[in-house]
Amino acid sequence: MTAVRVLVGTQKGAFILSSDGRRTGWEVEGPLFGGWEVYHVTGSPADPDRLYASQSTGWFGQVIQRSDDGGRSWNPAGNGFSYQGGTGTHQWYDGTPHPWEFARVWHLEPSYDDPDTVYAGAEDAALFRTTDGAATWTELEGLRTHHTGPKWQPGAGGMCVHTVLIDPSDADRLHVAISAAGVFRSGDAGQSWAPANRGLQSGGIPDPDAEVGHCVHRITRHPSRPDVLFMQKHWDVMRSDDGGDHWREISGDLPTDFGFPIAVHAHEPDTVYVVPITSDSEHYPPEGRLRVYRSRTGGDEWEPLSAGLPQSDCYVNVLRDAMAVDDLDPCGIYFGTTGGQVYGSADSGDTWQPIVRDLPRVLSVEVQTRP
Amino acid sequence: MIRLLLPHHLRNLAGTGREVELDVAEPVTQRSLIDALEDAYPPLRGTLRDPATQRRRPFIRFFAGEEDLSHEPPDALLPEAVLTGKEPLHVVGAMAGG
Repeated sequence: MTAVRVLVGTQKGAFILSSDGRRTGWEVEGPLFGGWEVYHVTGSPADPDRLYASQSTGWFGQVIQRSDDGGRSWNPAGNGFSYQGGTGTHQWYDGTPHPWEFARVWHLEPSYDDPDTVYAGAEDAALFRTTDGAATWTELEGLRTHHTGPKWQPGAGGMCVHTVLIDPSDADRLHVAISAAGVFRSGDAGQSWAPANRGLQSGGIPDPDAEVGHCVHRITRHPSRPDVLFMQKHWDVMRSDDGGDHWREISGDLPTDFGFPIAVHAHEPDTVYVVPITSDSEHYPPEGRLRVYRSRTGGDEWEPLSAGLPQSDCYVNVLRDAMAVDDLDPCGIYFGTTGGQVYGSADSGDTWQPIVRDLPRVLSVEVQTRP
Repeated sequence: MIRLLLPHHLRNLAGTGREVELDVAEPVTQRSLIDALEDAYPPLRGTLRDPATQRRRPFIRFFAGEEDLSHEPPDALLPEAVLTGKEPLHVVGAMAGG
């Protein structure tokens, strides 16, 4: 029977939400790794029972957990995240040089075809890869040692690689996004990197169209169109039709184009979802009304989706890794909030229901669709 | 044998009880004790000290009896009471927020 598994990372542990294909009744399991910050939990596309989780605390550092049975049992895996060679410096908040220091893994991106191969996006900004199921990790130091690295500055949440995209048609083609450096891409499986930020305009940096320095919050794509990328930037929703060579703004008629997550419908490559947030200094929905906005035209024209979502006195945020879609028809959309709610829609966003209401602050949401 | 008391999260991670006993080669110091702990319980690697710098993590404290050993050099000998097994070494997650 078709089933959906929603993997939720929160500030105090992880949760697994399970349902059948109707997506009306849900089982909630957790907290897993209770008390730890779980920035991300995700599953392998090649083996849905292989899960990985990134847990950390300020006390005990970084731990990677691995499950081989769909989350019923977990074992600590390797946590040796060492920068290769000389670490050098990036810019600190005050513009002074600051040595690269590993803090945590923000995002885990498993390979499409090998459950043992996973990329890990880290703070301070670096990309690691395992090819042995998370026993050992090796930095792809070409990213961190890019000649622009000394100019990179952290965003308010830290200087992190928070997005890793693998081209489904060519595993050597990668995109990453870094707050606050921007988008970088590689055509050689992460050995070398080039900025891909042309067309971005950021008012908060001295040179608004600089090669690097943009606070990109999230990028995504539909697997059938690897060269079409969608971006939620600090301000502005953007689109590229050439794999990141050029970007153009598609904010259109959004009430505000500040936000964090962005997602694409599983079956409609031009249907895109964002959650507008009031401003960079007010991280909550405009007018206290939680609304997802959907574009069915690949951007520019957006419609609010509010049925089932709180339309008064709602002042939560939705973080960059906290929105995901399932593969069912109609497509399911899920997101988690800083208030601990996880909402789901089983009809492409037309209506919503809370799956759980009182989890810790939600840091990430991933979805697995199982036949 | 050296007795070590672990905090809640590390007990869960290691899959062990509150107290562990370790056979540590002399000289018994913070460094050699943590080396022995990580060898006996690999999931604890990197949890007490930063893997890159080998320095104690800022919110980790080491107490023995009523003495705070956290700021002792990592190669200083541990107190006699710990060496003889009379007292355990307490690994403590420092009190800090949320």
